[in-house]
Amino acid sequence: MKLKTQISAEDGKQELTITRVFDLPVELLFKAHTKPELVTQWMGNRILKWEAKKHGSWQFETADPQGNVMFRANGVFHEFVLNEKITRTFEMENTPFDVQLEFFEFEKITDETSKLTMHIVYRSIALRDQMLQMPFAAGLNMAHNRLQDIVSKLK
Amino acid sequence: MKPNDYTMNLRRDVFQAIADPTRRAILMLVASQAMTAGAIAANFDTARPTVSKHLQILTACELLTPQQNGREIYYHFNPDKMKEVAEFIEPFQRMWEERFDKLESIMKNYKDKNGAI
Repeated sequence: MKLKTQISAEDGKQELTITRVFDLPVELLFKAHTKPELVTQWMGNRILKWEAKKHGSWQFETADPQGNVMFRANGVFHEFVLNEKITRTFEMENTPFDVQLEFFEFEKITDETSKLTMHIVYRSIALRDQMLQMPFAAGLNMAHNRLQDIVSKLK
Repeated sequence: MKPNDYTMNLRRDVFQAIADPTRRAILMLVASQAMTAGAIAANFDTARPTVSKHLQILTACELLTPQQNGREIYYHFNPDKMKEVAEFIEPFQRMWEERFDKLESIMKNYKDKNGAI
């Protein structure tokens, strides 16, 4: 089955583009990115700060079921144009990864459908490739942990 | 190996292959050392024929390579194939797909509850 979300990541470039068409009016698609009580639901994270305005800053974290913080990220909103555009920075805390620049463009297709284009620019080609691989690596780690569980049960 | 259905759409099937948690666990296991089907199966609660089926799929996708060694067949991990086919983008794409699916359903619900936007 074809996924609705498309990733364009050309070889040898330090950027990528994520596009997705939503069965939602553009106003609701935009709202999902500005209201912290909505962002927290679809991103599955805990919002520490979400100043949805030009020069506002943001910070969120994700925790495991025991409440240990697994991941924290922050950034600044550079541009905020209602129902049209958000430009922000994104940086993972306590990691060697440099900050990335993200452009979100919101487009109305019909009254009930809209399109989001996320253009992400990284500091280097290597960093982009590393970010693309991260969910894959996490998947392998999960398999590895599961394997360790299985093996430790055998002992 | 006989040609079979799995080679028909190799790219799609490799992603299906690594989407399954048991098959990922098998890959992790074999990545550390070549093993026989019996030794692999001993690591899982799953029935032996199920493990054989997983090995067949992984072999058809060329993620594993069987090699005869005396009377035994050892399965070797093929990291080049993994790199070549995966380009590692698929899980990244799925991560965003899942987030956006959630966003869509949350906002539809939000619209219903709030009536007009």
